[in-house]
Amino acid sequence: METVHHDVLVIGGGGAGLRAAIAVAEADPRLTVGVASKVYPMRSHTVSAEGGAAAAIRPEDSLDEHAYDTISGGDWLCDQDAVEVFVQEAPEEMLRLEHWGCPWSRNPDGRIATRPFGGMKLERTWYAADKTGFHLLHTLYQTSLRFPSISFHDEWFVVDLLVDEGRCHGAVAIELASGKIVALIARSVVLCTGGGGRVYPFTTNANIKTGDGMAFAYRAGVPLKDMEFVQYHPTGLPFTGILITEATRGEGGWLVNKGGYRYLQDYDLGTPEPGPVKRSMELGPRDRLSQAFVGEEEKGRTVTTQWGEVVHLDIRHLGEKLIDERLPFVRELCRKYQKIDPVRELIPVRPVVHYMMGGVHTDLDGATPVAGLFAAGEVACVSINGANRLGSNSLTELLVFGARAGKRAVQEAEDAPDRPPDAALTQALDLERQIHGNLLRPAEKGERVATIRDEMQASLEAHAGIYREEEGLTTARDKLRELRDRMAGVTLDDTSLTFNTELLHYLEVRNLLDVAEAVVHSALNREESRGSHQRRDFPERDDDRFLAHSLVRRSSEGEPEVELLPVTITRWEPAERVYGK
Amino acid sequence: MPDTVKLEVFRYRPEGEGAPVYETFEVPYRDEWMVLDALNHIKDHQDGTLSYRWACRMGVCGSCGMTVNGEPVLTCATYLEPFLPGPIRVEPLHGFPVIRDLVGDLEDFVEKLQRVKPWIIREEEKPTSEGEYLQTPEEMDAYKRYSMCINCMLCYAACPIYELEPGFIGPAAIALAQRYNLDSRDEGARERHEVLAEHEGVWSCTFVGECSIVCPKDVDPAGAIQRYKVDATLDFFRSLVTPGRSP
Repeated sequence: METVHHDVLVIGGGGAGLRAAIAVAEADPRLTVGVASKVYPMRSHTVSAEGGAAAAIRPEDSLDEHAYDTISGGDWLCDQDAVEVFVQEAPEEMLRLEHWGCPWSRNPDGRIATRPFGGMKLERTWYAADKTGFHLLHTLYQTSLRFPSISFHDEWFVVDLLVDEGRCHGAVAIELASGKIVALIARSVVLCTGGGGRVYPFTTNANIKTGDGMAFAYRAGVPLKDMEFVQYHPTGLPFTGILITEATRGEGGWLVNKGGYRYLQDYDLGTPEPGPVKRSMELGPRDRLSQAFVGEEEKGRTVTTQWGEVVHLDIRHLGEKLIDERLPFVRELCRKYQKIDPVRELIPVRPVVHYMMGGVHTDLDGATPVAGLFAAGEVACVSINGANRLGSNSLTELLVFGARAGKRAVQEAEDAPDRPPDAALTQALDLERQIHGNLLRPAEKGERVATIRDEMQASLEAHAGIYREEEGLTTARDKLRELRDRMAGVTLDDTSLTFNTELLHYLEVRNLLDVAEAVVHSALNREESRGSHQRRDFPERDDDRFLAHSLVRRSSEGEPEVELLPVTITRWEPAERVYGK
Repeated sequence: MPDTVKLEVFRYRPEGEGAPVYETFEVPYRDEWMVLDALNHIKDHQDGTLSYRWACRMGVCGSCGMTVNGEPVLTCATYLEPFLPGPIRVEPLHGFPVIRDLVGDLEDFVEKLQRVKPWIIREEEKPTSEGEYLQTPEEMDAYKRYSMCINCMLCYAACPIYELEPGFIGPAAIALAQRYNLDSRDEGARERHEVLAEHEGVWSCTFVGECSIVCPKDVDPAGAIQRYKVDATLDFFRSLVTPGRSP
């Protein structure tokens, strides 16, 4: 079997992965960095982020204000030491991006411009029109090409990590073009594979967001943290699930029901004003806005369309000039994918799965409990997002913690053993045998992998959505057990070694099932309502029992086990979340 | 509206039959479906072996470029409807070696992109503690359009020169070089000039302009190339009259 050696292996070539790779290259140019990504790095889902990235730079702002908004937005489930590090390092990371060429939108005097965003008391969201993620990703990718120590394994799909006696030694990957299985051996490994929104059918997430890194870590015995917290973004286009950025509301857009009424005023989110008011109404946090949609739906005040129930996002009053200058992508997306022009028409929207607050359990340097294994970006849970992430914190998070994980991985690489143990190489050979020997062997027709995926997604949407309760979650749990068993009977049409995307999808669905299991078991265990996790049968927040993170591990019998880990409180005592006052 | 529509899809598997073939699939027709939705339907329900790339399905990741009825397009942003009653022919992007089915080999572009040094080059980098480089909205407008390239490769597929002269740096890479050349924060134009002024740089382009027509993001690579030629020519003549200056 072919082996490739790097000092540091980064898995995933999105924002966090590229930032980590550059951090390694800058810290020690003698170390070799390999970036293995299942897509060309510029295809990574960071590219789809629209609205902006938060960092306090305005004179009237402060790090404490950013921290408070983040912590209250996360319904006091954030680790406050992590949030303090995050807000402190955010401005420098954002400036570094500027120095690398990111085309941040500017004020007329040439300084960085900022815009308001949901749940933020002050304007601190930096933006590149409404293609912030696109510009951030391309800036990072193009900048990474400068460093000779970084090499790319584009379109290499990592199958699993190589872990032996509590230390990670690399990963096994398939080179898609050839079907070759390669052991990527490294002294330290940084997981930057993003979230797993594709466990749900209706999501803003790209097809590639299949929770791969979360599943690798989970299978390697690393706990996943706070997996029950899944963010629904309140404004997705109803058929495609395409995101309409919160910046529409930051710029002054309104959400109205079928009567043209700004319904958020009925959900303890403040009183309507013509212009945007921070931490109020349309600039409330995403969890509360998505829950308000369900309220409207239950009252029969939503609009029925061929794609289901919707409300309307109205940005007509912002005018064509502002829309073209600050929200051009929104206009392009509405015209192309919804066949409407938001300059003159209402945008139909409904809540859509957008982001996973939970992820691989790490410390403030991205280190996991497995030596030599780090994680950063959406795949990780540090945690700064708690029970509900604020819009524009995720791009900043991947910069801050991507850089920290990269730097820490450098130290680890210096201390790691010179060669991996034979046990790790044996694991690699086993995986090769599994894939080439079993999965690609022609077999009698069984189930299609798409069937398993569709049933999983339907079950999660029905039972682990915006509102949950024990009965539904139990049904989903049983369904996932059944699907896991049925995976054994799935066969592939495609037995080719060349760019076998059906094999790739089979492995992705295996990862999705692990992620789905972690979501459902954590949700069952948390008998309270907090942030994005709303239990009909336990409607109140319960700080006595659950001011704590959920850690879900796979037991030796293969069953998930959930335990609690207290939240770190530094300076902000848990309090009621207040918006619109 | 019809209930179904037929797609004639280019199939090629290197270890299989040898020559490429076209295979016809009949899929349900829906008004809101893009060509990509039809391909996904085939893959999920009819033939799991069909190979193609896709990711964001919102026209920004640049993965799903293919040739549809002869035109290079993003399949996630191309409705089935204008091609009715069909059949609709789906092929890989022209100009790239085919790995399999609808998947082309893009390594050549990645190598060329790196060659034009698409990053900020400065003699001295200022520390972040000194804050941002000031850049007015007008200064940003000078390069903004070229920064919108999503690397989807439609422009290479449309470029007749790239097909004949594979060494040509090509529209997207040149537009991205210009994106940095025209950025007020950058001082790297001279370094990039070494690559762009080669025979296989801008001078290969005969200004057919197909690249700008097919660009889904209105980047106008043809404009970038023409502008560079003009600037490079002026620079050359200036170097003749200004002692100590080399082109």
